Formats: sequence, C-alpha cells, structure tokens
Amino acid sequence: MTKAAFEGRRGWMSLLAKAPPARLAALLPDLPAHEMLRSPETGAVMVQGRVGGTGAPFHLGEMTVTRCSLRLGCGAVGHAWVQGRDKAHARRAAAADALMQTDRAEEMQARVLDVLAAEATAARGARATRAAATRVEFFTMVRGEDQ
Amino acid sequence: MYVAVKGGERAIDNAHAWLAEERRGDPSVPELSVAQIREQMKLAVNRVMAEGSLYDPDLAALAIKQARGDLIEAVFLIRAYRTTLPRLASSRPVDTAAMAVDRRISATFKDLPGGQVLGPTFDYTHRLLDFTLMAEGEPPAAAALPLVAAVSPQRDGGDCDPASRVPHVTGFLNRDGLIEDAAPEDSPPPDLTREPLELPAGRPLRLQAITRGDEGFILSLAYSTQRGYGRTHAFVGELRIGHVGVEVEIPELGFAVEIGDVELTECETVNQFKGSKTEPAQFTRGYGLVFGQSERKSIAMSLVDRSLRWRELGEDDTGAPAQDEEFVLYHCDNIQATGFLEHIKLPHYVDFQSELELVRKLRAEARAMKEAAE
Amino acid sequence: MTANISANISADALSGGFAVPPVAAAHAFREVLEAMARPGTIRRVAGAQPPAPLSVAAGVALLTLADGTTPLHLAGAADCPAVRGWIAFHIGAPLVAAGEAVFAIGTWAALQPVARFRIGQPDYPDRSATLIVEVDRLANDGPVLTGPGVEVTARLSLPETAAFRTNRARFPLGFDTIFTCGDRLAGLPRSTRVEAG
Repeated sequence: MTKAAFEGRRGWMSLLAKAPPARLAALLPDLPAHEMLRSPETGAVMVQGRVGGTGAPFHLGEMTVTRCSLRLGCGAVGHAWVQGRDKAHARRAAAADALMQTDRAEEMQARVLDVLAAEATAARGARATRAAATRVEFFTMVRGEDQ
Repeated sequence: MYVAVKGGERAIDNAHAWLAEERRGDPSVPELSVAQIREQMKLAVNRVMAEGSLYDPDLAALAIKQARGDLIEAVFLIRAYRTTLPRLASSRPVDTAAMAVDRRISATFKDLPGGQVLGPTFDYTHRLLDFTLMAEGEPPAAAALPLVAAVSPQRDGGDCDPASRVPHVTGFLNRDGLIEDAAPEDSPPPDLTREPLELPAGRPLRLQAITRGDEGFILSLAYSTQRGYGRTHAFVGELRIGHVGVEVEIPELGFAVEIGDVELTECETVNQFKGSKTEPAQFTRGYGLVFGQSERKSIAMSLVDRSLRWRELGEDDTGAPAQDEEFVLYHCDNIQATGFLEHIKLPHYVDFQSELELVRKLRAEARAMKEAAE
Repeated sequence: MTANISANISADALSGGFAVPPVAAAHAFREVLEAMARPGTIRRVAGAQPPAPLSVAAGVALLTLADGTTPLHLAGAADCPAVRGWIAFHIGAPLVAAGEAVFAIGTWAALQPVARFRIGQPDYPDRSATLIVEVDRLANDGPVLTGPGVEVTARLSLPETAAFRTNRARFPLGFDTIFTCGDRLAGLPRSTRVEAG
C-alpha cells in the first residue's frame, strides 16, 4: 500500500465510523453480496488520557465499539470499527470500506464519502459558531496610576 | 454469614411488578423516551457515563430510566453491563489540545490566546426558577458568530483555521519554567478494572480511580482542601469542555483510525508551591479529565489530584483526608460503597442470632455474679 | 509502523475463527474446564481452523481463553507470519517474550527452558502463565497423575516428568499446562503430582 493509499483508507474508515448511522444507510441503502469474516461484535475500547494533557497515559474509562469484517465476491476485504452498539452501522461501514478497494471507489467517493465529509464539516462549523458567540470581549478600564 | 431463605419468591415477583408500575408513574402522563432523557437530562447522562466508566449516552439514558432517576443505581447498571463487554482494544491517548471546544475559560489569564469562551454555562444564570419551562414552547435559538471569529490561537493572524489546535494555558507558563512540566512518556498505565488496587498508587492509577469516583465524595474532599485540610492554593488555570477524537489501532490493519469521539471536561489547576529541599519555587499542577460535560467533577478531581501529590513534591503530610491516598482511593467508588452499605439490610439472621445469644449469656452471667455477691 | 502490515495478514488469516463465537467459546470453555478440573481426561474440541502448525485444539484453546488483554508468547515454529496474522485478527493478543506471557504456545522442545515462564507471586499466584503444549501423541498411558481432580490415579503421555515435579513443588506458585493434539486436549494444572510411569 502506498502512503497516500494508506492515509486514504485511514480517512475513509474514520469518516464512515463517525457518520450518523441513518445518514450512511440513506446514502448506501443496498449492500453488495458478501461473506462475513467477523460478524458484527460489540465490545469496549478503553479510552486513555494523559496526565496534565501531555504526560503519562492513564485510563479514563471505556466506550462501546462495534466491529465487523467481511469479504465481497471479488475478494476485497472490508473492516469497520465504529463507536457505539449499532451492528448494522458496522456492517455497512465494512462493506463501504471493501467497496472503496474495488472499481466502484470513485462512485463511492462522490456519492457517499464526499457527502458525509461535507455534512461533518458543516456540523462542526455550526457548533463552533455557537461557541464563538459566547467568547468574552474584555475591555480593560484605564486606571489612574497607568497614566 | 448469610443463609438462603426460601419462601420469598412470590413476594419478590410482586415487588418487581409494583416497581415497574411505580417506575411508569401516572399512565395519564406521557412516558419518557430514552432519547428524551439522553437529550434533555444530558448532565445526568454525563454523570452516569463518568461514574459508570462507560461512554455510551443511549445506555446511560436507559439506565437512568430503569433506575427511576436514582443515579447511583443507574451507575450500578452500567458497571454491570460493561463487565459483559469484551475489551477490544485500548485507544491512543486522547489529544485534548486538539479538542473542538464548546467552553474554555481561565481564572489566571484574562487574555489567553484563543480567548475565553463561555459555552452553554449555568455560571451567569440567576438561579431563579424559570417558570416558563413549565409551559410548552421552543427556546430561543442560540446566537452564532461567523467562523472567522471562532476560537483559534491567532485571532488577528489572518488564516484562522477553526480546527487548529487550542494550546493549553499551562504551556505559556511552562515556557518560562514557572510551572512544572508534564513531560510526554508512554509507559503502559495500570488498570484498576483488571488488577486489584495496590498502594502506593502512581498518578495514572489515582486519576483512573478519581475520574470514575463519586462526584459528591470528590467534591467534598476538594472542598476540604480549600478549607484548610491539606491546602494547595489552587487556581483554575484552564477549564475546557468539548469533543475529542478517539483513535484506535486496528490490529488487523496495523494502523490507527479515529473511530469516534467523546465529550470531555478537562481542568488544569495552577497551584502555589514555595519550593522544597529538592525543587525550586514554581507553580505545580493538578489535573482533572472526566467524560461528558462534568465541570464540577473535573475541578474537584484536579484539586484532589494535586493534594495527593504531597509526597512526590516533598510537602508535609498534615494528616488531611485528601492527602491520604488509601482513604481517597478505597472510598471514592460509589458502587463499592453502596454495595457494602446496602448489604447490611439483607438477611443476617444467623449473625444476629449469635449476637443475641451472646448478649443474653453476658447478662445471665452478670446477674449470676450479682446474686452471688448479695 | 509501516503501511504494509495489513498485507502481511493473508486472506487465510481472516478465516478459521469460531462461526458463532459466543456459543462455540462457551462449549470450548466447558471442555477446557473439564480437562483442567480432571487431569488425565482427554477432551475433544471443534470450531477453529488455525493455520499450520497450530492444531485445531490449540486454536480452540486460544480463541476461548486469550484476548487482547492476555500477552501471548509464540515459541518455535508457532512463531510464523501465518499464525501471527491469524492471532492479530481473531484474538488481538499482544505477542511478547516468554517472561511476560500469560499464555504460551509451542511444542515442549520449543517452550524450553520452561523456567522462563511466570509462576505468579505469593500474594497473586494467578499471575502466572498457562502453557499450551502441542504434542504428537496424547494418550492415557505413561506417567501417573494424582492430586485434586483425580479420583485414584490417572495416566497421561507427558513429554517428561521432572519439569512437572519441579513445578508441583512450588505450589501454589507455578504454571498450568494444556496439552493439545489434533482436535483433543488434556489439562495438567500445577496442583497435580506426577510420577514416572
């Protein structure tokens, strides 16, 4: 795998994992025929923090995660690890990961991934604008001794 | 010692049926959905996730519904559920400097780069009951500012990327050597959910125990340090709330993928430190990091963290509870506490019978001695 | 970390796990438990198709007992890319040196010297290793077993007796052993006394 391809897969796997499950299902309603290598399985991932934000790692607590691996008829293998307990989401994300390794990649990119990326950016932006509206603008009063 | 007592089965079944009916309350009032609890009781959901030590808002909301709003009972349900989950992996440590901040304030620096962002806070509310919430109706929409003015380190610097990193306030003090460093290291942390708690505990183990500890207990301990029981002179250097991505190494692929995000509250205190035999006078730090928007808990956590560091910093042990690692770590878990506390209401008939016989025997002996003396 | 690790996991590594993991693991766990509780009994297991040189029984034992939190040591021929890839996908156990392992797998010769493995501490005897020993032959003959779980005596074709006598002498410390051969396995916990037959 080239570096670009590797970064690409990291990127689309993340986008698929973080997509709202209903939205992904709407954009990719039909899954191609596939064989399950690992049926969707829900477990926990221990989330780590760092002491002081930058120091030694420590265990913060777990989060639920569902993973799935499958193989398409053409042999392409797709993996998914998604936050939460939605097994259909994990299966769909794994199928999309597999499709991205086939000649349908371009179509998937345009019809699914680009749409999800744009919506994620918009959602992040909407939240950031609300935060920005609560930023304090201090006025420093002129004090006598400073003159 | 406990004995199995038969004969209560029908009574227990009926008690559970009544519990279910009481949980539902008056059927003429619409039933709460889990989604309503998740969205509208969000801070309760956050507390259950933090103390249940499992980030899953839907499950926490379900637990609150099932527990009829008893948050410790809800935490108990979550703790029980999480033991059924296989541990698939550990995440990479989250990067809180890359947090998408909803709130970020500092009590030590007015003009911190990136600005003070209040976020959705109770701080400036008047704590007057708002009777309009009893009426139906939609709240006013939140104000929004265009993104160019959003939180970013270079406010006037032209290219303001809203996704850029928001550096920690303590980093600015660190440049001048005025505050102790939190140097990066990567030793694998201990996990108290897998290994029994052993003392003395290092700071990573203490932080794991405190972040899942009872908010009320941690709050009271932190308050006790402020009132003089192990005083640490804390300022909130920075408090931030927002979402961070969680990156997990995928074993079958050999690289890490950001598979989701969690909302976190992070607090760093800046504490006065007069210096010791080995350390120069400088500021020291206390640290709090908690699941969800859990501001009170994370501030309290950072005070208790700092207080427990007395030995490492060469400070005096004043005997204060918040300096006593064994006291704090063995008593902060509300599920352990409530389990042991509440078990004494369960049948102890045989124990009590032996106590009863002992008291009767002692009384009989005393009476016999008294009669003999007379 | 190179981008090519995934290429190291061959397509075969992705198959050969339990078809319905909760059910298969529960059945297998019962068999391993019986084998450990009654030293000398030989149990049959099924459901795993691990890559060579691992036996079916060794694969079943690993799928059932090991996970991402149990450091595993691969000894000798078991330490090959096919096995590493299969374990990465189906189990996720970190692969470690002998001294850090919770589980170790290999032939008796490859596992030598067994003094390398953890035997626990007096306050935590459970912090010890379980050795999964692949043998060519597993039968109820040879050395004599006595102790907990053995009604009178039992016989098991152990590769040797000296190491297990030394191990028993350290009780409650010590390692536990599972012998695997094809689709059959037998257990030898640290509590079993072994005499040459």
